[in-house]
Amino acid sequence: MTTMTGPLVSVEGLTVDFPGRDGDVRDGAVRAVDGLSFTLAPGAALGIVGESGSGKSTAAYALLGLHRGTGAQVTGTVRVAGHDVQAADDATLRKLRGGTAAMVFQDPLSSLDPYQAIGDQIAEVHRLHRPGTTRRAARARAVAALDRVGIPDAARRARSRPHEFSGGMRQRALIAMAVACEPQLLVADEPTTALDVTVQDRILALLRELREETGMGLVLVTHDLGVAAGSVDELLVMKDGRAVERGPLRPLLHAPRAPYTRELLAAVPRVEERRTPPAPAATAPEVLLEATGLHRTFGRGRHAVTAVDDVSLTVRAGETVGIVGESGSGKTTLGRMLVRLLDPGAGELRYRGQDIGRLRGRDLRAVRGDLQMVFQDPASSLNPRRSIGESVADPLRAAGRLTENRIIGRAKELLERVGLDPDAYHRYPHEFSGGQRQRVGIARALAPEPRIVVCDEPVSALDVTTQAQVVALLAELQRDLGLALVFIAHDLAVVRQVSDRLVVMRHGRVVEEGPADEVYDHPRDPYTRGLLAAVPALPPAPAGPADPGLAGPAGAAVRRNAVA
Amino acid sequence: MTGYLLRRVLGALVVLLALSVLVYALFYLAPGDPARLACGPRCNPEQIAQVRDQLGLNDPVHVQYAHFLQSLVAGHDYSTGTGVQHCAAPCLGRSYQNDLPVTDLIVQRLPATVSLALGAMVLWLLLGVGAGLLSALRRGGITERLVTWLVLAGAATPVFITGLMLLMVFCAQLEWLPFPSYVPLTEDPEQWAWNLLLPWLALALLESAKYARLTRSSVLEALAEDHIRTFRAYGVSERSLVLRHALRAALPPVIALTAVDLGTMLGGAMLTETLFGLPGIGQLIVQATRTVDLPVVVGVVLVTGAAVVLANILADVLHAVTDRRAALR
Amino acid sequence: MSTAVTTQQETGADAVAAPAPAPAPGQFLRRLRARKGALVGAGVLGLLVVLALAAPLLAALEGQDPTTYHDALVDSARGGVPLGDFGGISADHWLGVEPGTGRDLFTRLLYGARVSLLVAVGATLVQVLVGVTVGLTAALGNRLVDTVLSHVSDVMVALPMLIFAIGLTAVVPQDFPRPLLLVLVIGLLNWGATARLVRAQATTLNKLDYVAAARLTGASPLRVARRELLPALAAPVLTYAAILVPVNIVYEASLSFLGVGVRPPTPSWGQMLSSATTWFQADPAYVLLPALMLFVTVLSCTVLGDAVRTALDPREASRLHIGRRTGRKGGAA
Repeated sequence: MTTMTGPLVSVEGLTVDFPGRDGDVRDGAVRAVDGLSFTLAPGAALGIVGESGSGKSTAAYALLGLHRGTGAQVTGTVRVAGHDVQAADDATLRKLRGGTAAMVFQDPLSSLDPYQAIGDQIAEVHRLHRPGTTRRAARARAVAALDRVGIPDAARRARSRPHEFSGGMRQRALIAMAVACEPQLLVADEPTTALDVTVQDRILALLRELREETGMGLVLVTHDLGVAAGSVDELLVMKDGRAVERGPLRPLLHAPRAPYTRELLAAVPRVEERRTPPAPAATAPEVLLEATGLHRTFGRGRHAVTAVDDVSLTVRAGETVGIVGESGSGKTTLGRMLVRLLDPGAGELRYRGQDIGRLRGRDLRAVRGDLQMVFQDPASSLNPRRSIGESVADPLRAAGRLTENRIIGRAKELLERVGLDPDAYHRYPHEFSGGQRQRVGIARALAPEPRIVVCDEPVSALDVTTQAQVVALLAELQRDLGLALVFIAHDLAVVRQVSDRLVVMRHGRVVEEGPADEVYDHPRDPYTRGLLAAVPALPPAPAGPADPGLAGPAGAAVRRNAVA
Repeated sequence: MTGYLLRRVLGALVVLLALSVLVYALFYLAPGDPARLACGPRCNPEQIAQVRDQLGLNDPVHVQYAHFLQSLVAGHDYSTGTGVQHCAAPCLGRSYQNDLPVTDLIVQRLPATVSLALGAMVLWLLLGVGAGLLSALRRGGITERLVTWLVLAGAATPVFITGLMLLMVFCAQLEWLPFPSYVPLTEDPEQWAWNLLLPWLALALLESAKYARLTRSSVLEALAEDHIRTFRAYGVSERSLVLRHALRAALPPVIALTAVDLGTMLGGAMLTETLFGLPGIGQLIVQATRTVDLPVVVGVVLVTGAAVVLANILADVLHAVTDRRAALR
Repeated sequence: MSTAVTTQQETGADAVAAPAPAPAPGQFLRRLRARKGALVGAGVLGLLVVLALAAPLLAALEGQDPTTYHDALVDSARGGVPLGDFGGISADHWLGVEPGTGRDLFTRLLYGARVSLLVAVGATLVQVLVGVTVGLTAALGNRLVDTVLSHVSDVMVALPMLIFAIGLTAVVPQDFPRPLLLVLVIGLLNWGATARLVRAQATTLNKLDYVAAARLTGASPLRVARRELLPALAAPVLTYAAILVPVNIVYEASLSFLGVGVRPPTPSWGQMLSSATTWFQADPAYVLLPALMLFVTVLSCTVLGDAVRTALDPREASRLHIGRRTGRKGGAA
């Protein structure tokens, strides 16, 4: 199949401009990709990594000519398997899409037609690229492809619709669609970003296997260096639409030349690294928050879902409790119960000895100030209609103890404390970046001088360099103010950076709990072990995950238990 | 599914019961003397008193309502002074004007109303969905612009204006069509269709604007979804994208809306029927309102309410069946 | 009652998207002005309002009033068709006279505009007032309150209110002021969609983190509703109200057409169209004038309403304006 002598992909001077939207002055024109050039040899794998806004996805879309007809202006040349994507007519381009180069997208939930059986969707695409195939043959091919990507009972599951599949299975189905057309190149745009870490591990293993088997080339677009490190042999680092650095994987990871690459690598949290500085020796400080046997169920009757099931937890003054778990583990529900945004269904919640689990109205509002929260999404956690200063001042106003002048002064102090310009008081959330907005969220949480702050995925919506800064800020604030933190996240490496103690949750229950280093270095529960093994390692060990099929225990699990 | 249907039907019954209480209260307890209305303008006080007694208007309100419900479920025997007349269930009372049972009056009017509604539906689906699809397929072109303005004009024109214009052009000026007068289908199918053509057109032009807009927006919404991007990235042509994938997503709301609209129209398209003089349910209630014929007004309101409530259940079921994503709860 | 389906009905405006940040007033006006349709619509509407307000003045200028019969101007031999061309247009009667009665059409149309606009705006106010109250109560109340109010709203949306309206006008005492009756009947029967919109928006907002954060500050529920919810609801409610006005204009005309609107001799467009049904052969001008007025009014209201909607939330594609949907791909890689 790969009989060509030239490169599979060659991109020269690719520039993509998005015109501004009419009628709205805020949406100016954007140059998403700026003079990008690279080549990919047949069968090779290139990882394009960068933070949000780096233009990595835009560049990947250009490989399939997906900017055509969208109003984006594309210049430069893009050649895929000898075809000039820019110059090709519509019919040629349609043949290229899927037939020569197939694409896998980020969100497997929305990437398949919800109305049609998965097998039919794959068959439709297959017939398009193999004219003359009968419906029956195309359907058989779809089943074979689904079987190949590890969907159990493929003949039956081919008749299912996407909503009957789990996230991991949907992503497998999407990969099956790509495989069914036997392309020479697979472009994967953040293929595992929406998936849990154990599922991610299996999908990446599947991609490696398929590549080895079919010899297709791979362009993997990702924000996660760890994901790229395990799957590609060449890296292209992008920033602001330009290539910052490009080269073979290992040399680039071990001895990056560009300062930005170094910065990026330094910011990535490593799950095997202990917390620095190490947690201060505990001198049995006061127990602040004590939860015993917490329960919470959503819905009623047959649709009832138990989100949190008999969870007990203690938070002491000045310590950080990390809570990790995959999606659906109940960690967010637990966090919201701890600050009483949700009412516990059963169980007891004590704050400094007082039972606050059943408090209502005025009594509840009296303890609100001591228990604060930092939210995940910096976009929705600030009122877009109010200036950031007002948002920070709100808790002070509600307390009603200070004069207006003092309140504004204090809000400005807090903004400065979290590393923002106090003169930004009157500016609105949309004028700030995600990281800055998260700082505002932290300032607001600090305003009532809380004893405990529950951080629910505080950095998971942020880029890795910003992540590191916000985590550092939280650690610093904790040290200076003696706060107790409850740090909820799905990213095990991030949690390790800040936690004294660790709680691992699954299906609403606590599966393991203990001092952070002990849990990380010597996990007792098999689930915790699987979770830790699935974390993409960086940089790759000599015999590590870069070798296909040998990605540790989870990689071996693929063939046995391929249902993601 | 069965449990869902059962719950919906029960819910519908509650709604209808509440509706009947409300309607009964509003119409029978309102100022104005039902007995005087029932008896007619030339009655003397004794006659009115007699009628009041016959209608049970001297009973307490809740007893009156109970009688009303009872006759609805089990029928009712009237003593009319000269003898006893039976009004079979579902009995909605008798018209003050001509003493006929309201149920019979409504049944008499049904053929014209159903003819109008079904014929217009075929037309509006053809015109509306067609225009909506066309404008979604030809985005940014002159076709889209044209369809958009036609839809806008259609939506801004009340049905009696469209109807009057059609009458003026086709009957008065061009003399292509007869002035509509209803001919039952069973009598002469050709004349039936010929006479109903203008009412159908008038109603369909208005309704199709709504359908064109719904089809267009649903198709465009579907085209903006991520899975369309997937198929585009696999070389599926734009035409196929619209016809095979986007239209499929656009159909459930169109089907559901059709069910709801049909239900509403079975309650009578008052404006159209009044304008074209069609002897349908809508005309019945308009006439009954003018003559303050309370039993007829109450009867039609209840029947219409029932039709709409049932149509809504049907619409939800159709929506759930056609859209696999919508769960029945 | 109905859930998925009735949402799609009529305007489709109650489909709920995540609330967008409201633009600053200046920005809103700038975006509004950027739309040609909005300018034309607003201009025509403004002119109509001025004409309606100045009706007595203009009538005096013409030297006519809307109620005086002019038997000499109609041809009683031909059943009362106006004498002269185009419905009897003359220097005294600028737009001709009414067939049968000979009343002056120009003044009748002007006074008809008063009824039309007054009733429509009044009914819209009632709808919005009741709708916001019910919707907010449902969104913020407990489960029982929410269930009951949501059901009532759904039923209100589903039922054929025009029939009820006709029935109601039959039982209300004859001496009740008619325009007020129309405002109340239209307003009180048709608030369901507004209530549903407000409830859905408020429920969505209530789940947002910034509202949770406001609750964490120890603010009382009322304070949270006033500071966080109400400002965010203003934009969608205003948008919806702008769409309701033309709907209510047609509503009033329909009731008048069916003979249950304002009472003669007060003129109304719907009433004129109703009597025109017997005259369209002999006197086409009598049909065309009120039809044109009604059409132009509703059209300009609709165009303006759509422009308000898109100006308040630019992500919302205009239902009227033709614009390409720009994909969201790229940029945010």
